[in-house]
Amino acid sequence: MVLPALACASVLIATAAVAIAIRDAARARHVVYGICLIASSALLVIALLALLDVSKAPSAVTLPLGIPWLGAHFRLDSLSAFFLAVVALGAAAASLFALGYGRHEPEPGRVLPFYPAFLAGMSIVVLADDAFTFLVSWEFMSLSSWALVMAHQRVPDNVRAGYVYLIMASFGTLALLLMFGLLAGPDGGYAFADIRGAQLSAGVSAAILVLALIGAGSKAGLVPLHVWLPLAHPAAPSHVSALMSGVMTKVAVYGFVRIAFDLLGTPAWWWSMVVLALGGVTAVMGVLYALMQHDLKRLLAYHTVENIGIIFIGLGLALAFKAHGMALAAALALTAGLLHVFNHSLFKSLLFFGAGAVLTATGERDMERLGGLIHRMPQTAFVFLVGCAAISALPPLNGFVSEWLTFQAILLSPQIPSWGLKLLVPAVGALLALSAALAAACFVKAFGVTFLGRARTPAAESAQETDRFSLAAMFFFAALCLVAGVLPGLFIDALAPVVHSLVGARMPMQSGVEWLSIVPIAESRSSYNGLLVFLFMLLSGGLAAWAIHRLASDKVRRAPPWDCGYPDASPATQYTASSFAQPIRRVFGTLVFRAREHVDMPPPGALRPARITIEMRDLVWDALYAPIAEGVGLAADRLNHLQFLTIRQFLSLVFAALVLLLLVLAIWP
Amino acid sequence: MALILDLAVQGLQMLLVLLLAPLLTGFVRKVKARLLLRQGPPLIQPYRDLARLLRKEVVLADNASWLFRVSPYLIFAATWVAASLVPTFRTGLMFSWSADLIAIIALLGSARFFLALAGLDVGTSFGGIGSSREVMIASLAEPAMIMIVFTVALIAGSTQLSTMATFLVSSQVGLRVSLGLALIALIMVAIAENARIPVENPATHLELTMVHEAMVLEYSGRHLALIELSASLKLLLYVSLIACLFAPWGLMPPDGGIALLAIGVVAYIAKLAAGGFLLALFETSIAKMRVFRVPEFMGAALMLGLLATLLLFVSRSL
Repeated sequence: MVLPALACASVLIATAAVAIAIRDAARARHVVYGICLIASSALLVIALLALLDVSKAPSAVTLPLGIPWLGAHFRLDSLSAFFLAVVALGAAAASLFALGYGRHEPEPGRVLPFYPAFLAGMSIVVLADDAFTFLVSWEFMSLSSWALVMAHQRVPDNVRAGYVYLIMASFGTLALLLMFGLLAGPDGGYAFADIRGAQLSAGVSAAILVLALIGAGSKAGLVPLHVWLPLAHPAAPSHVSALMSGVMTKVAVYGFVRIAFDLLGTPAWWWSMVVLALGGVTAVMGVLYALMQHDLKRLLAYHTVENIGIIFIGLGLALAFKAHGMALAAALALTAGLLHVFNHSLFKSLLFFGAGAVLTATGERDMERLGGLIHRMPQTAFVFLVGCAAISALPPLNGFVSEWLTFQAILLSPQIPSWGLKLLVPAVGALLALSAALAAACFVKAFGVTFLGRARTPAAESAQETDRFSLAAMFFFAALCLVAGVLPGLFIDALAPVVHSLVGARMPMQSGVEWLSIVPIAESRSSYNGLLVFLFMLLSGGLAAWAIHRLASDKVRRAPPWDCGYPDASPATQYTASSFAQPIRRVFGTLVFRAREHVDMPPPGALRPARITIEMRDLVWDALYAPIAEGVGLAADRLNHLQFLTIRQFLSLVFAALVLLLLVLAIWP
Repeated sequence: MALILDLAVQGLQMLLVLLLAPLLTGFVRKVKARLLLRQGPPLIQPYRDLARLLRKEVVLADNASWLFRVSPYLIFAATWVAASLVPTFRTGLMFSWSADLIAIIALLGSARFFLALAGLDVGTSFGGIGSSREVMIASLAEPAMIMIVFTVALIAGSTQLSTMATFLVSSQVGLRVSLGLALIALIMVAIAENARIPVENPATHLELTMVHEAMVLEYSGRHLALIELSASLKLLLYVSLIACLFAPWGLMPPDGGIALLAIGVVAYIAKLAAGGFLLALFETSIAKMRVFRVPEFMGAALMLGLLATLLLFVSRSL
């Protein structure tokens, strides 16, 4: 199975070359996105076959590429297959979307060659079975996505985004490089099979875990390593933003799962505390940042940070249970985390597609300049609404299922004997609940300000519905959100082999449960049936509509808005994104962002306008990154005079360095 | 046969909550009026209001979208489904396993999501103020509610309402600190969720402090009727929930006979009346808070819930 997958990846790489060769932009677009669509659909089929066929052993292959004595190892086991399916599904939908969306691309030559390369990079990361191949494909994925972020390099913000992204990506890869060095040990067994067999001391394992959290966490967007994400993801063209937010962050999660659950052996109990604390903080900080944004794409990017936090809460619980030998509970927590990986890839891609459709229709990403789009773009508005409801964890859609499973896992954790976890887990549960509630607030704002109300600018007034390809991709994902919400049992069962291979147990078989309910442990404890909830809602809503239209008045009269008798004709009197978030900013922002409002109220009779300015600070940036940037600048200043030495001084410097290094080598034990 | 009986009980429950909900609202209003030495409207006034609203035509704002017209049905459906899954007079409802307490909370969250969106749809300033304050209150009330669910679920070993009620009525529970904290937190959440004094005044209009009324300001006719009915249902749901978790006496077991059924129904109505009376008494004896005091109120509920959960993580017997 792994060879056909690699063949698809090489087709994608070849497409990158083809994209450079074709001169005609329209033809290049059709060829590139068409091939990408076909290749990723094929990848999806391969991944699903590998995932669902439980009996088959993982298929592996070693190709004579890369370092001569090592070769390139590839392996498709159930974990790889699951993440390959997530990558391929996202890639297929993004390619379909781009078939229509790509028409609006101002500089196709800067997008088309890198897009297939990016897809290939992500697929190869999940297939890699040795450290060298993993790192090379990881870096390939980073650099090709960096090129896509820089596609519109004339926009001033994008250059900064690309710069920060490049630095953070190389920092993350550096951490992974050191980590694999520690994992492989002095003998240099870089194949994953050798790494699994190695015995590691507790200290080395701890260092590896921290490095893995830094390396994979910086790519996934764990706070405080998230700073590049809300800059870089929105800067790319929208289908690429969807892939970066919906899929690439999941490849990072894959990296962490592969290392922490597979390569590193039995976890120590305190690992989970680090992961849980990071996950909880990330979830709440991510959504609070998102609430303060009024750029639609940046809001979505910050929201990815929140969902990564939720995923890491699931993974952290699974680590805690695994460390204490509670395999069944670990299976539940891990299933919750992985299901959220899948769910988030669906609705986040969907929402970025919607943002892209809005961007092409109006040329605006700023929500303060949109509004009323539900009248102009009804179909886009509908699918965007489905995405908003799904990401806000509303039943009967899919986001609710994974959060519900995470809550169920938290409810199992009092049985954990260690005290640190007993105190941390309830707090993390509260953070998770808080982030879920804030997410709903955030998406009421995102949808309400963008699509509802009255148009705030002529651009929003004259928007047109987007093209059929884009709509097809969005409707496809919206339908999947509903299916995964009402029939979650199917997806949980599909995850069973993955979970079993990582924690040695699986959740009970769900397909045999009556009425297609999901039952994590036992029916007396908890069960949820998305299908019935959906049917009940449909039934009672339909019943109400029928009864009312049958028995009561069904007359409708259009009239000007009432607004308590004081309707104002200007759309500027509507609530904006920042005024909508003002109560939440007052409650949380004064603490988290040091938000201050300055009101400049002119005295009665003065003719100048009153002004309100809001001052907010990003404390993570101020506390962590600003000092580092300052330190680098200071060091650069100090070392500057080294540029102006004579040749003799240079030579003596080189000589002194050589002597020093030889001395170190001689003294080294 | 048993299946038909179960279905009948479930259907009866759905009808019962729907029919009793306006009565409870009317009862609270009546008691409040009598406590203020006013005559007050008759008990059946909410039914009359609903019937009148249903007969009237809908006056729709010019730029209202399809979402504005669909939302009342969605809100009503979500609230009704949630209310019919809370055990009222009998445990072991036929479909109680289809959604546990977390799912019921989330269903109410769905209803609020669409209500807040509907508030933004017409693009007036009152709708916006209502929506933004509603989501602010909810952003603290929902996690507090989840913490309360955690507390009760950890004691009862289940998030299923029927199992919880069966367990809590048994003698193994006794008096617990965590349950006490959870009860206080739940009452605070219920007050906020139902827009009662001191969080909000349900009788207000044309006030800058209104939240729920501001969101539904543009609604009229049958749409308004559905939203009013949903609000009544939500009040009934919370009173039933408090009764089922903290006063589960008299609940009819799944295999009880006709005598137990009668006891169950009578006990339920008595509990509703007691809950409505206490609510009215509380509302008349306290003043409304400023909007930005509400987060402190809800924060206290969240902390109580968290403390209760924490106690149970530390020791199962607290």
